[in-house]
Amino acid sequence: MCLAIPAKIVNIEDGMGTVDMAGVQKKVSLILLEDAQVGDYVIVHAGFGIHKIDEEVAMESLRILREAAHLLDVEDPAGPDEVTVTGFGTEEGDS
Amino acid sequence: MKYVDEYRDPELAEGVVSAIREKSRTPVRFMEVCGTHTVAIFRSGLKELLPETVTLISGPGCPVCVTAPEDIDRVIMLCRQPEVTVATFGDLMRVPGSDSSLHQEKARGADVRMVYASFDALELARKHKDRMIVMLGIGFETTIPTIAAALHQARQEGLENFLVFSAHKLLPPALDALLSAEEVHIDGFLCPGHVTTIIGTNPYQKVVNRYGKPCAISGFEPVDILQSLYILISQIEEARCEVEIQYTRAVRPEGNPRAREMMDEVFEHAEGLWRGLGPIPQSGLMLREKYRAHAAESHYDLTVPPAGEMPGCRCGEVLRGVCTPPECDLFRKRCTPTDPYGPCMVSSEGTCAAYFKYHPE
Repeated sequence: MCLAIPAKIVNIEDGMGTVDMAGVQKKVSLILLEDAQVGDYVIVHAGFGIHKIDEEVAMESLRILREAAHLLDVEDPAGPDEVTVTGFGTEEGDS
Repeated sequence: MKYVDEYRDPELAEGVVSAIREKSRTPVRFMEVCGTHTVAIFRSGLKELLPETVTLISGPGCPVCVTAPEDIDRVIMLCRQPEVTVATFGDLMRVPGSDSSLHQEKARGADVRMVYASFDALELARKHKDRMIVMLGIGFETTIPTIAAALHQARQEGLENFLVFSAHKLLPPALDALLSAEEVHIDGFLCPGHVTTIIGTNPYQKVVNRYGKPCAISGFEPVDILQSLYILISQIEEARCEVEIQYTRAVRPEGNPRAREMMDEVFEHAEGLWRGLGPIPQSGLMLREKYRAHAAESHYDLTVPPAGEMPGCRCGEVLRGVCTPPECDLFRKRCTPTDPYGPCMVSSEGTCAAYFKYHPE
């Protein structure tokens, strides 16, 4: 029931969006979102966008995850110097 | 796929599994509440990666499975009305009521349409003014705003032939009911990501404050689930108890206020009847007075007798986390995905269906 693949908005007309979900285009109502725009990634449920993904939050949580899994030095050229969080805590989610 | 592939990365998963193994000391039992989590856990085989200290049990988060047989009987009554077209999400088609299912009724000539979204049912109502279009409101807080939005639109357009049969369920009261029954030991909850996208973290505070059970709001990819388990294990090992969001890319602490306003505009709380859990106060929804003309029960008498037990079926216990599928005598024998008997085998998100598919005999 919960489709967890984020969809990219490619067109908006009269509150209805067209999204691209892994290559498949679908009509989606954007009425439950505040400020969806073309190019945004949204979580879609039963034909409605229910959440707009904040790119910064998504990248930050992934960075912390990689750090905690001891992979950051391999994955991220920024290096571990800038990293202060060592656990999987989700404090960053509040931002 | 952006925001997906990263969370399927085996190397990353391995890193989190090591972190779990290092951290976990106390034996714990966590319940994954959501049917989509159940399927993801079985499909990825991640139970095999966990240390012996960690046990996962499946909960009541498959919306089709927890729909009471009485409500299926009401839906059957509706689809037998000559002027009614029933619009439904596909999963409900084969769910058994007392003596029939939508699938069987459709085969006998009932007008039952599978829709992708509530706005498809609205379109049916616009096109077929001589028909009564009844959208089946089955689902949790993720689905409810989408049904509410359709009702709001129908009222604005004066679409008198668009009705909703509301058998919606709210998840937090079910967690409360499970914990207060003390029938099954649970140390923490893997909470549903998209339900929480709507409701935010506040409704879980009772689970944390009254029952002292940690909650992790989890995404649906393997690494998401592993990270959520790490969050729960850390809280227990560090004697903390909080609601933490793992799925930050899709969940804000405050949820989606706009979606909740839409829900509140259209629905008010009522007692909900759950298969397996029985009646739970304030866990269901009915249409507010302003929208009552669009309620199916305002047009049709949907009084049904209490449904009897389905002989031998242990879906109720499976939904409460009391029994696993192989402990049911019907599992793999009388009850299979091709010829399901109980609802947990009918739905692709049902625990029995997931168990059948991913645990070869």
